[in-house]
Amino acid sequence: MEVIFLLIGVSLLLAGGFLFLFFKAMKGGQFDDDYTPSVRILFDSQKNKVKKDQPTKPKSYE
Amino acid sequence: MISSPIQDSITKCYHCGEACIDNTICFDEKKFCCQGCKLVYEVLSENDLCSYYQLESFPGESQKAKKSRSNRFDFLDDQDVQNQLLDFNSADESHVTFLIPMIHCASCIWLLENLVQINSGIISSRVDFLKKKVQVKFDSNKISLKELVTLLSTIGYEPKINLADQGRNSKNTLDKKLITQLAVAGFCFGNMMLFSLPEYFSEAQLLGKGFKGLFNYLNVILALPVVFYAAGSYYSSAWNSLKQRRINMDVPIVLGIIALFFYSLWEIFINQNAGFMDSLGGLIFFLLLGKVYQQKTFSTLEFERDYKSYFPIAVTKLVQDQEKVVPISKLEIGDLILIRNEELIPADSILLSPRANIDYSFVTGEEVPVSKSKGETIYAGGRQLGDPILLSVQKMPSQGYLTDLWNNDAFDKEKSGNLEPLANKISGVFTWAVLSIAFSAFIYWSLQDFSLAVKAFSSVLIVACPCALAMSTPFTLGNTLRIFGKGKLYLKNASVIEKMAQVDTLVFDKTGTLTSPANAKIEFIGEPLTQETKRILKAMVSKSTHPLSNRINHWLGGIESISIEDFKEIKGFGIKGIYQGEQIRLGSSEFTGFPYQVELIDGNLVFLTIGEIPVGYFHIQSGLRPCAPSIMQQLEGDYNLHLLSGDQNHEQISLREKLGEKVEFNFDQSPNDKLAYLSKLKNQGYHTLMVGDGLNDAGALQASEVGIAVTEEVSHFSPASDAILDASVLEKIPDFLAFAKANRTIIKMSFLLSFAYNVVGVGLAVQGLLSPIICAVLMPLSSISVVVFTTVTTNLVALKKGLIKLKQD
Repeated sequence: MEVIFLLIGVSLLLAGGFLFLFFKAMKGGQFDDDYTPSVRILFDSQKNKVKKDQPTKPKSYE
Repeated sequence: MISSPIQDSITKCYHCGEACIDNTICFDEKKFCCQGCKLVYEVLSENDLCSYYQLESFPGESQKAKKSRSNRFDFLDDQDVQNQLLDFNSADESHVTFLIPMIHCASCIWLLENLVQINSGIISSRVDFLKKKVQVKFDSNKISLKELVTLLSTIGYEPKINLADQGRNSKNTLDKKLITQLAVAGFCFGNMMLFSLPEYFSEAQLLGKGFKGLFNYLNVILALPVVFYAAGSYYSSAWNSLKQRRINMDVPIVLGIIALFFYSLWEIFINQNAGFMDSLGGLIFFLLLGKVYQQKTFSTLEFERDYKSYFPIAVTKLVQDQEKVVPISKLEIGDLILIRNEELIPADSILLSPRANIDYSFVTGEEVPVSKSKGETIYAGGRQLGDPILLSVQKMPSQGYLTDLWNNDAFDKEKSGNLEPLANKISGVFTWAVLSIAFSAFIYWSLQDFSLAVKAFSSVLIVACPCALAMSTPFTLGNTLRIFGKGKLYLKNASVIEKMAQVDTLVFDKTGTLTSPANAKIEFIGEPLTQETKRILKAMVSKSTHPLSNRINHWLGGIESISIEDFKEIKGFGIKGIYQGEQIRLGSSEFTGFPYQVELIDGNLVFLTIGEIPVGYFHIQSGLRPCAPSIMQQLEGDYNLHLLSGDQNHEQISLREKLGEKVEFNFDQSPNDKLAYLSKLKNQGYHTLMVGDGLNDAGALQASEVGIAVTEEVSHFSPASDAILDASVLEKIPDFLAFAKANRTIIKMSFLLSFAYNVVGVGLAVQGLLSPIICAVLMPLSSISVVVFTTVTTNLVALKKGLIKLKQD
């Protein structure tokens, strides 16, 4: 049963790691704007934007 | 003007999607409604940015009304202005954030994030769609700030540059701290629950004594960040309120936290028992959750604006006949300034040009321009329509007739009403009751068993900790804030709701609030108009953008227009055109050459002459909104009603007829009078709510306990206020007020509910029967049931009042 000591340590470290990552993400501004990235991801990147006749049109964003 | 449903046959501009009426410009096999739109397309196509048009159809905005003066951004070369605008500045990289109201679709995001293709001096740009902001990083050696702004305005995205709005992002950092506290509390609470679980089911015994101790010590370690960091704001709030010899809701909470923490420490270290650390973590976690929920903010709205965010930051000054664009802060008395079409007058000045045509709509809410002639004083805040005018500055921008309002004390201090939140009133009684019960239990038990006495004493404090009590208010208010938001009443914060529930006096501004240009009363006095004349008029007024033309156009209704020649609009005077060889003139009396004077009582006069024959004139008065009388009728039973108006009192009789006997009228009120009026009501002990719209109501909105700014377009400018109301839902004001009152009842009822829990808990506690497991069950149960109760009842009441509908979204 002594393995529980180890498991508790690991679980606390893991959970603490997630907490730390959350703080980092928040400080980095990842939660500041929760709308624009959802639109941005749909844009074709510059390289494959070589003039097509029918550019892929993103679906509606609303 | 979209008067008829647009058919497919109409050519739509490739850029903005507006119907091309006058002269369609063809370019690159595409059709454009004006040169401006074509120009934008040209710039974009040159830089291979035509995806802009493929992401959304007609993403642009019409460029017809665009101002083209090239030197209007000259002030951006000023070092002081640059320092204020730039977020970051180094030798080869500068950062700036612009507010661009035009941002409205995916194409906008795409284009603004690809600015680098237009000018290589731009390093990168990033859009925040909801805030309508774009952050641009650029190399100031390759492109200056002024060139950047000019570039943005060339492609149709002119930034709104405003020094007063800069550096106002401190609000968000406060939120972040709360979120961090919540995360810490959540993390610790979750883990503490895990470590406490074996204890609840006596499993710890099976694991052996070593584990039990370990779990308890781990709980203590996890409790430390919760008690010393996450709960920090409660200590300071409780301390502040005690210093003022008052007891707010946070005092009993802190009492509970202290009791829980130290009693648990004692239990764990001295008695080797499980403490209440998990309950402590849960308590703080739920409390913080309620706090976060209450802080719904409408990030796109600005509630703190003063005149500075409305006024321009630069003005054209004449120095020895040379035009020079200077920041307003450098303007001095006696300076000569040049104000062009659509520009704002930044300081009280004397008119040197023969005539000016000033639109005071932002100040008074009245949108029909006022005519001024040479030598007259023009107050700051007006907008010149028509030819450029020359002015001599008489007062510093901050000392003007209107801006002087902001020097009043009312703006210096935080609004301090004498309305206290309900929770604070109750918590005083509550704290004393809990303390006296705890002490009685202590004295009772100490006669028999001292350790039991300590246990009973701390148990009472622990279980009576007003967790459910403290959560009912934030959840009820938070939910109400969202319901109001859906109903288009946007509140600055949740405490406004409690104040709204307690007001007894309502003060309305007349112009622009109760009256609306859309409901104008129009009368034609003179020879009756023939059908043909009406058709001519229709043709003329539909080509003009003047508000009076719009009203006449509206009045004429669906009459078909007739083609006229040589149409001209002379700003500040009127419009003219030629029909069958005869000149038709519509406008001021001197413009039309109207031979006799008409005494103007109220409203505006528009004269009509055909050839040289005076036909008659339109008498146009802005009318009451149709909902105004019914609002007054619904409110007169419960509130004292007052009406403030900057106009003369000749409308009094007709207003009294419509609005009822109980409304107290006050005419001829200057902005300062309005402020004084509200202060006077407040000193008389009334709790006031002011509903106004323009900058001239700003003082009154500030002096009232609840100030509601009414605006036709919520994202547009509105003076500092506690709430912003969309003008289209003005008729719902009685419902909003009633709902705020119902809220108070709901909070009271949920208090009763949580008291019931407390009675059960305290009943157990005084007998010394409280165990960690009972506490761990009772605490979340009471909290959750209170949250469910308030959420369900607020939604039900809102549904009943028609503020929300089923199946929204």
